[in-house]
Amino acid sequence: MSRQTVEFSINAAEKLNETLNAFLQIDREGALRRASEIEESARPLAGIPIAVKDNICVKGLQASCGSKILGDYHPPYNATVIERLTNAGAIVIGKTNCDEFAMGSSNENSAFGPVRNPWDTNRVSGGSSGGSATAVAAGIVPVALGSDTGGSVRQPASLCGVVGLKPTYGRNSRYGLVAFASSLDQIGIFARQVEDVARVLSVIAGRDTHDSTTADVPVPDYTASLTGDLKGARLGFPRALFGKGLDKDVKQSVESVIDVYRELGAEVVDVEMPHAGYAIAVYYIIATAEASSNLARFDGVRYGFRAEGAPELRQMYRKTRAEGFGPEVKRRIMLGTYVLSAGYYDAYYRKAQQVRTLIKNDFLRAFETCDAIITPTSPSPAFAIGEKVNDPLAMYLNDIYTVTANLAGVPGISVPCGLSSERLPIGFQLIGPYWSEPMLFKLSHAYEQARPFRERPPISAS
Amino acid sequence: MPINQSDIEKVAQLAHLELAEEELKTFGPQMAEIVSYVEQLNEIDTSNVEPALGGLTPEGEKTDTSRADEIAGSLGQKIALAEAPDPASGHFRVPKVL
Repeated sequence: MSRQTVEFSINAAEKLNETLNAFLQIDREGALRRASEIEESARPLAGIPIAVKDNICVKGLQASCGSKILGDYHPPYNATVIERLTNAGAIVIGKTNCDEFAMGSSNENSAFGPVRNPWDTNRVSGGSSGGSATAVAAGIVPVALGSDTGGSVRQPASLCGVVGLKPTYGRNSRYGLVAFASSLDQIGIFARQVEDVARVLSVIAGRDTHDSTTADVPVPDYTASLTGDLKGARLGFPRALFGKGLDKDVKQSVESVIDVYRELGAEVVDVEMPHAGYAIAVYYIIATAEASSNLARFDGVRYGFRAEGAPELRQMYRKTRAEGFGPEVKRRIMLGTYVLSAGYYDAYYRKAQQVRTLIKNDFLRAFETCDAIITPTSPSPAFAIGEKVNDPLAMYLNDIYTVTANLAGVPGISVPCGLSSERLPIGFQLIGPYWSEPMLFKLSHAYEQARPFRERPPISAS
Repeated sequence: MPINQSDIEKVAQLAHLELAEEELKTFGPQMAEIVSYVEQLNEIDTSNVEPALGGLTPEGEKTDTSRADEIAGSLGQKIALAEAPDPASGHFRVPKVL
């Protein structure tokens, strides 16, 4: 049984990859072998095929991070989340395409070409975890892992019409996730249904001695929160965020979700996020600063690519990094180095960390009167490949609704809520207080039951 | 803060990046645009605001991250060198430093 399921996933991945470019590696042989061994097991995820973003270490498979500088690097160990998933019986079938080092909102920054959206292959999948979102949307796998630093799970989930969760900072281990911005990064989960996301989080969450930022907070059975009972639930509506720059189909769709919640018995209250407008500015200082430091390790000495023809050490570093990194990664390293450089630290980095406190306080204040805040996930449905590639700032503004959750460390989930007039998926986002994943699951599951998203993309496995 | 070509060259040097002529030309205006965008933060008075450093959640901050000082297994020399571009007799070999 599980062998057949895994075989179906591998066949679909191979067949659709020419069109979608969702996978950078498909492990047919290994996955089938592990599937045969797992038969008859009572483990919680026995025989479930999963796809894993190529910046998460899986022993025996590559971890390119979508970059030439790592190329065919094979990590010698498993990320903690992979260790837990495989112990629970899940079968990794392959590694998915992503923006280089998870830097991007469209997957166009992958050194191995963009992922294509299964709803319209001329459009982006979103990013940076575009391969994982696409693999789930096209029905190749029921579950996939991604990483979310500023929206990199939730935004592609929204653009591809699947569910995507970024857990609370410290809910699950980052050990084995190639670091981009360590105070923002969190491994997240894609699935078609909320219940599957809840099931996977129950397995991967919890303290890990290999990651000192994981918190000692008990892990419940998250599926127990899918009760459908919204009596007494209070949903925060940040009206001011539903204005300028928001696509009209998206606005209408998310506003109708709010009506559904009212029908389901939730109370809708107005909330204010006075500093939300500064979030992108804060994010691009903190994320690039941390990235410039984290990516210093790629120097052509211990692993990955080394440039030829540099007879002196510093020259070798510079040439290796020049040839190994793509333009967006270089731009962000440059920006991060600039904001941290002598004389600018207080003006940029410290200032950004102070405004980050104000954004965090906005959330804490809002959560005094509501259990979760609702917003669109992305200001528009999937845009065309190439459309924003020459305008980095316009690309950054795609993350306007998602980055705040990373800055504050709170959890967020994106849930599909319909199609635009061009038949492109639209998603709404719920953001809750620290450790409120049970409430996010309860709310999103109740919506999903009331308005199931049954549409399937034209490029699909079945 | 205007960013000129020599700023870009200086930052590239700090970041160990060798930029092509073309990249120097495009990065300058792009970085200047992004930097002037992020400078909108100066509108906010933060004189009495603590920076958000350290653990984000109260529970994370409280978590004891110390461990017993005991010898545990590690990758070992062979595996640690297995992905190196130029290993030599149990070491990482690099071009000459001086």
